Amino acid sequence: MGATPTAAVLDAGNLQQLLDILQKQNYQTVGPTVRDNAVVYEHIQSVEDLPRGWTDEQTNGRYRLTHGKGKKFFGYVHGPNSWKKFLYPPARQLYAADRMKHRFDVVAPEPSGIKPALIGVRACELAAIMVQDRVLMDGEYIDPEYKARRQNAVIVAVNCTRAGGTCFCASMNTGPRVQEGYDILLTEVVDSHGHYFTVETASEKGRAIAAQLATSPASEEQLAAARQAVDKAARQMGRTLDLTDLKDSLYRGFDSIHWEKVAGRCLTCGNCTMVCPTCFCVNVEDTTALTGEQAFRIRRWDSCFTVDFSYIHGGSIRATDYSRYRQWLLHKLAYWQDQFGVVGCVGCGRCITWCPVGIDITEEARAVKG
Amino acid sequence: MLDGSSVDPMVVRPFIIRRFVKESHDTFSFGLEPMVGDRDFRFAPGQFNMLYVYGVGEVPISISGDPTKPLSLVHTTREVGTVTRAMRILKVGDTIGVRGPYGTSWPVEEARGRDVVLITGGIGLAPLRPVIYYILAHRERYGRIVLLYGSRTPEDILFRKDLERWRARFDVETHLTVDRASGSWRGNVGVVTQLIRRSPFDPLNCVAMVCGPEIMMRFTVSELEKRGVPYDRMYLSMERNMKCGIGLCGHCQLGPSFVCKDGPVYRYDQLSDIFIKREM
Repeated sequence: MGATPTAAVLDAGNLQQLLDILQKQNYQTVGPTVRDNAVVYEHIQSVEDLPRGWTDEQTNGRYRLTHGKGKKFFGYVHGPNSWKKFLYPPARQLYAADRMKHRFDVVAPEPSGIKPALIGVRACELAAIMVQDRVLMDGEYIDPEYKARRQNAVIVAVNCTRAGGTCFCASMNTGPRVQEGYDILLTEVVDSHGHYFTVETASEKGRAIAAQLATSPASEEQLAAARQAVDKAARQMGRTLDLTDLKDSLYRGFDSIHWEKVAGRCLTCGNCTMVCPTCFCVNVEDTTALTGEQAFRIRRWDSCFTVDFSYIHGGSIRATDYSRYRQWLLHKLAYWQDQFGVVGCVGCGRCITWCPVGIDITEEARAVKG
Repeated sequence: MLDGSSVDPMVVRPFIIRRFVKESHDTFSFGLEPMVGDRDFRFAPGQFNMLYVYGVGEVPISISGDPTKPLSLVHTTREVGTVTRAMRILKVGDTIGVRGPYGTSWPVEEARGRDVVLITGGIGLAPLRPVIYYILAHRERYGRIVLLYGSRTPEDILFRKDLERWRARFDVETHLTVDRASGSWRGNVGVVTQLIRRSPFDPLNCVAMVCGPEIMMRFTVSELEKRGVPYDRMYLSMERNMKCGIGLCGHCQLGPSFVCKDGPVYRYDQLSDIFIKREM
């Protein structure tokens, strides 16, 4: 990217300015907050909504939030939500059909015009957004609402300074350092200089917003502290997925007996597909008003783990549970590369944390690769 | 926004049913015309449309009409699910929502100068009928034309008028077979794949287009292979669950491909690794 990031420092006490500026420009500010014992992404109004001081413990099938002594706003590692819920909502009406006797008229909804400001996007999450861009707005057919939201969005990325228990972004080359695709990039540091953010920008939009913040020039020392904090996160990461020969070795593993072993544990609940930031599959649902004069088509996120997903007259293509697990993993790590030129996994580890039986995609891929 | 990108490709256009034909006890055809706008609807043989029945749902249905004639947007389908059941009770003058045409098409250009072998079972004749119309409209461009069509019973045979017309021609070899004979049937009995070994076509200079149940297509490929037809001269039309038709819903994935945009018509050398895998 041509833009040279300019580094400044924002005192943590001034973070509210960022939200104020964005709200004044009619952005919907969305970011992390604590709800139901998890960090989730919701509409936020002030820095008071942020999960300040909260941190998490994550491992296979386990997620626990703890409130520690720390005062960081972004000391947590991502929870079950991903940003796709704001860019490609879980449910959206495609159109309504108004009936008049034998005929009907089709009424498509107006573009929502929503301008989302995503606050606290991590490196893997930004990579996931760019993966979804390829699916939903770079092909022959696009989702116009996704594209509009994407073009309207401001992305305030945050570097990870701590690795979560199930993270493996370093091995996927997607993190923990944010590389591209952001408007504003923050790195949160607490050290002898105090509690501050280094602020970098990579777009005109980002520069215009950052220019209104009460920042001061960053010192070499402060930039070094920020760099080291991110390096530490990379070193902490305990899991890896080996990209070498990944696609071909998985293709060769299609008939591996290992799939049936995983299926012995997999509940085909679809949790992994719901928390995955790149999963894009959807279903369409039809409902009719009680009067019968209006029908609606609603698109909803779907999961390839349901038997219905591949149903054609006569039965499901993937009737066995192992074939559905295999479809998910092979799509993510192998087919995706042929379809969209990238791996469909960004190493966020959500599917490991939120799997009720703790199946680890990195272990399964390794076992099938042999 | 006025540019095309603001138009959601998931939104249907209303079309009016102008003709409705019962083809057999469970199969029917209907001709459509757009309610507004250009009445001409261009498609290539083998392509499909997503058809929406008010309040019920949307399904992919291949186009079975004549691509060389305007106003021939005809679809033929069998009553097998909720949406097709609802379609069957529609009447002339009713509205259907249409998106399309989508997908790849049969290789009518590549087949020029060669024999054309069409092998089909059951409702599989519907997506191949546009090819027959097309090649008969351009008969001089092709070598021998062989149509092998297998049906469950004589009563299930589709497009009887067309078949009579094609059988009456000296420049088309039409062979029918049924799984179970009934009534006055005096033709072939048995699976359609049995007809392949004694059909008059040049295996090294032909293009085979195959559409039917997957099991029938498996045996067809193996019979064609025995005759010496190379994989890259065989074309198959695949079927999968589809919710969008445009590569966005994920349902129709077949290994690394999307049947809606990389198919439904595949050249067999590009499908052979996938086709033999179960539950892919």
